[in-house]
Amino acid sequence: MKESYDIIIVGAGPAGSTAARYASSGGASVLMLEKDRDVGYPVRCGEAVSHEGLVQFIEPDSKFIGSTITRFRLVPPNGKSVIPQLDGKGYVLERRIFDYELAKVAAKEGAEVVTKAYVYDILKNEKGEAVGVKALLKDRETEIRSKVVIAADGVESRVGKWAGMDTTCHIKDMESCAQMTLSGIEVEDDTLDFYFGGDVAPGGYLWVFPKGKDTANVGIGICAEDAKKKSALRYLEEFIQEKFPDAAVLTRIAGGVPCAKTTDTVVKNNVMLVGDAARQVNPTSGAGIISGMIGGMIAGQVAAEAVRMNDLSYLPEYEKRWHKRLGWRHEVFYKIRDAITSFSDETYNSIAESARKLPEDKQTLGGIFRAALWNRPSMLLDVAKVFVS
Amino acid sequence: MPRSTPLMIHIVPGKCDFCGCCVGVCPEDAIELMESRIAIIDERCTNCKKCVWACPWEVIEFHREGVAELPKEQPLYLNNGSE
Repeated sequence: MKESYDIIIVGAGPAGSTAARYASSGGASVLMLEKDRDVGYPVRCGEAVSHEGLVQFIEPDSKFIGSTITRFRLVPPNGKSVIPQLDGKGYVLERRIFDYELAKVAAKEGAEVVTKAYVYDILKNEKGEAVGVKALLKDRETEIRSKVVIAADGVESRVGKWAGMDTTCHIKDMESCAQMTLSGIEVEDDTLDFYFGGDVAPGGYLWVFPKGKDTANVGIGICAEDAKKKSALRYLEEFIQEKFPDAAVLTRIAGGVPCAKTTDTVVKNNVMLVGDAARQVNPTSGAGIISGMIGGMIAGQVAAEAVRMNDLSYLPEYEKRWHKRLGWRHEVFYKIRDAITSFSDETYNSIAESARKLPEDKQTLGGIFRAALWNRPSMLLDVAKVFVS
Repeated sequence: MPRSTPLMIHIVPGKCDFCGCCVGVCPEDAIELMESRIAIIDERCTNCKKCVWACPWEVIEFHREGVAELPKEQPLYLNNGSE
């Protein structure tokens, strides 16, 4: 390891590794620091991605794919489910291998990677700009200098705050999550199940994402504000007790998903936020792997360009490109989330009922969405914006 | 603004999963989270309770009377000197 780099990346999840990959291929010297001892572990994720999203970055490979998905099943409170027709396909990943592969791609491009490296502060110059990080490496306090710091430090991000950005996730936007990977059960290995309703998952949903025919990620996200009364873990345990009482529990994990708009600022004082740290999660679905990787890619590219031009005033270009690519879309999805989380159980039931009455070839996600619009016409304008883009 | 009340937020030792959900909602940057250690930063915490609500694991508690006397994180396996 050297004393200084062009770019230091804090966190080696998908967003961090993708930033490292594109910053390195853009010619910058890159150090990526991961606080845990392993890249990719522990896995705090439902692990579902779309095929189109994935292939932008890496070829699907059976070593990091648990299941190939061709169907969704949406289960409203009354249990009368809808199975929309899907155009594309998707995957349930094995993130502990997937994240590893992404870090390997970054390393191949020239990035250095160090695990068990906890960043506890940033180094600043007299203007308050970041000029590196302070980290615990092998339990020794170490200062490493850089021109740019990319904060890919996840839902628990603090790096942005040290650089003067307000990254606090409002409690109503945070999904409080719990997940167990269950085995010895029977599931359809091509189908993602989503359960909705106030008794199952208030302000969110419960998921069963298969990994083969006998194993699945069974998880839940509920609005953290609703978790005051009853925690995500208790909702999940009740569901599992009812549906899979004899399952073997392979993992048991907590988590938080920031279902907000992107933070107001993603670049300040030579620090760039990416992934969950920048709240780049799709606020309607809670999906954040691909969107975080897109954020990481753009940040890595812009940072490398800025270093090459020796002009750090170019860094805000990242903010512009992110908003053009996905940020504006997430603002619309945020409004849709607002509407959906206020749906009553009756609304969910009636949306599913209208969708089931559609001819089979019209039972698409779009068709269900149109059914939802009948229940909440005020969503129409927001939705129109997404579809006309 | 300095807090005039005692610290009332308590992380139950040995139960945390280190997921970071609490850190994400903390407006005061008052929680330190490492790979397998977590602590409230006393001088920054305002007792706002957001971490208590957000915790998926029910590991963070609110004690109106203050938490000074409550047990802190302790080593589970004490090395008693045998080689």
